[in-house]
Amino acid sequence: MSYSEEFRHAPLVRRLVHQIAIEASCNRAYRFMEFCGGHTHALARYGIEDLLPQNIEMIHGPGCPVCVLPAGRIDAAIRLTKKENIILCAYGDLMRAPGARGHSLLHARASGADIRMIYSPLDALKIAQAHPGKEVVFFAIGFETTTPPTALAVQIARRDKLKNFSVFCNHVMTPAAMRHILKEAQSDKASHSLIDGLVGPAHVSAIIGCEPYQDIAQAFERPIVIAGFEPLDILQALLMLLRQVNTQRAEIENQYDRAVTDQGNYSAINDMADIFEVRDNFEWRGVGILPNSALKLGQDYRGLDAEERFDMTAIFVPDNPACECGQILRGRKKPRECKLFGNACRPETPLGACMVSAEGACAAYWAYGRFRDEAGVS
Amino acid sequence: MPKNHRRIPLDLQNGLVELAHGAGGRAMAALIGEVFYPAFNNELLLEQNDQAIFSVDAGRLAFTTDSFVVSPLFFPGGNIGDLAVNGTINDIALGGATPQYLSASFILEEGFPLKDLVIIANTMGDCARSAGVKIITGDTKVVERGKADGVFIATTGLGVLRTDIVLSANKITPGDCLILSGPIGDHGMAILSKRENLSFETNIVSDQAALHELIERIIDVGGDNIRVMRDPTRGGLAAALNELAEKSNIGFVIDENKIPINSSVAAACEFLGLDPLYVANEGKLITVVAPSAASAVLNAMRDHPLGREAEIIGKASEDSRFFVQMKTRFGGRRIIDHLSGELLPRIC
Repeated sequence: MSYSEEFRHAPLVRRLVHQIAIEASCNRAYRFMEFCGGHTHALARYGIEDLLPQNIEMIHGPGCPVCVLPAGRIDAAIRLTKKENIILCAYGDLMRAPGARGHSLLHARASGADIRMIYSPLDALKIAQAHPGKEVVFFAIGFETTTPPTALAVQIARRDKLKNFSVFCNHVMTPAAMRHILKEAQSDKASHSLIDGLVGPAHVSAIIGCEPYQDIAQAFERPIVIAGFEPLDILQALLMLLRQVNTQRAEIENQYDRAVTDQGNYSAINDMADIFEVRDNFEWRGVGILPNSALKLGQDYRGLDAEERFDMTAIFVPDNPACECGQILRGRKKPRECKLFGNACRPETPLGACMVSAEGACAAYWAYGRFRDEAGVS
Repeated sequence: MPKNHRRIPLDLQNGLVELAHGAGGRAMAALIGEVFYPAFNNELLLEQNDQAIFSVDAGRLAFTTDSFVVSPLFFPGGNIGDLAVNGTINDIALGGATPQYLSASFILEEGFPLKDLVIIANTMGDCARSAGVKIITGDTKVVERGKADGVFIATTGLGVLRTDIVLSANKITPGDCLILSGPIGDHGMAILSKRENLSFETNIVSDQAALHELIERIIDVGGDNIRVMRDPTRGGLAAALNELAEKSNIGFVIDENKIPINSSVAAACEFLGLDPLYVANEGKLITVVAPSAASAVLNAMRDHPLGREAEIIGKASEDSRFFVQMKTRFGGRRIIDHLSGELLPRIC
């Protein structure tokens, strides 16, 4: 394999780990949040946290789109599939995400709903073309990474006058959530020191560029280093964050410059601006209701909006009161400090946002990192 | 070939499976007589009784059953027919037995092309013969269109134990070596690459194969030092190791650097966001061996074409939680957990 093996090169990893140890040798703790689920997953999959000095702690942020999707929106989609003639198309990792009472799209499919797992929204278009007598609804989720493909599907549906295709839009925006997390940390005196810097998103930034983070770093005086998802990327970004913290800088730096530019991908940004508009408010599971943090189809594309076409409404579903996801996503607690973790809440039966997808903090911790807490392990 | 003069000849080129082919009348006799008898062709089957009657040497027998619902039915490296025969042979052989007899039951969907059924049956016959195994009894049912997906095959297998050696996960002790017979993930990724909604260009071929010869060699060389063998099929290497760990109340520590994987499989997994440790294999085995015999067994495996890329990938370890852990290539550690939910539907 090329172009990914190079970024997993063990001797270089060791060298960076050594440099990190030197840079972090002063007598203080460093707490960095990786915003993206992709980073959370890579940290766990490659055992990177084992390589870091003990005074560096990683906080797993809310950047997993399946995790933060509110249960009420999953329920709304399941209710829709019970109507006549509906084919719902969804990305694979959404299939297991639980709505109210743990019911997922997989349960709905087992009860007879026509739900298709797809890898691209363009597959949903093909399904719509192949089934003109059915209403095909694409369950669109994700951050700015998956938003442009949805935009493209909407454009093609409009161009081809596809009457039986619509989008249930749940796209959310990274900078809004990042701002919210840092703002909360800032306003809460006790937790202000909880986040010393952020590992910024990889693929999201390839779309939106570095600029949207500029005022966040300034306003909250926290460094942000945009990083790729490979082990060397993450380690290099941590070294860059350490150097910024140690020299009291709070800048945007771009470690992932092989994919991310300052301005981002013009064409994708333009398409998104053309098709979507910002919602006033949107619920993020485990985080709360965040203003200006999500997208819906714009005025000109309302006809393709499944929420309008089928009069869909999401009813708020509270999480289990014992669930600590909100605290975990803010860096105030660790998965093992939650009473539900590993007991009622496991990857097979997730109760909270962080256990829903493999990219969630609790799921990654359960699947890859449990041994750190367990006695009796050699 | 037994003759049935009142039989309606089948159109094996253009004909389709009809409900009558499972109804017990002449059409069914024709299907069995023209498709299955010539393909499986052995004296016990051609007795044409409701059961096959045979003698076995006194001693221990191995008995297994399996069913096959793979989609697509034809994939790079094989079809549902050789998958079924090899899979059953392997289940028998992994217990230390010599596979001898198989049964095969077919659930056919109305409308399935007879031409394809002939290919599947002939593949099964060839595959069984080359492994020295006979398919001696079977059954055919036809269900209405839409009630099945082309062909489902259920098999049973019978084998005779070659030695007194007892293979069991209970025999694993900490420090034992874990040997994997070759690169992982080829079968699952070959199937996935041909799925209707996901086809992608790749040269990955299923690894499905009958492992009985390789297994004989392992037992001949390792003897009592062989603790247990498993084939990492559904759920991949991760599932096989977790099952062994739970059954034997120990843990495993494996080394990422030692796990063989073909670059095309690694690339396809990367592309689709799958972990090859969880992807199915149909021609691989893992064996746990006492450390004193590990290198002899490894060398014997490498002398066989199906074990050429065998590696010692880790060790059994004392672990009260029965965790399977992996040393990552950078020296970090992670747990290899059981698969949660489904990875790829219907791969075998």
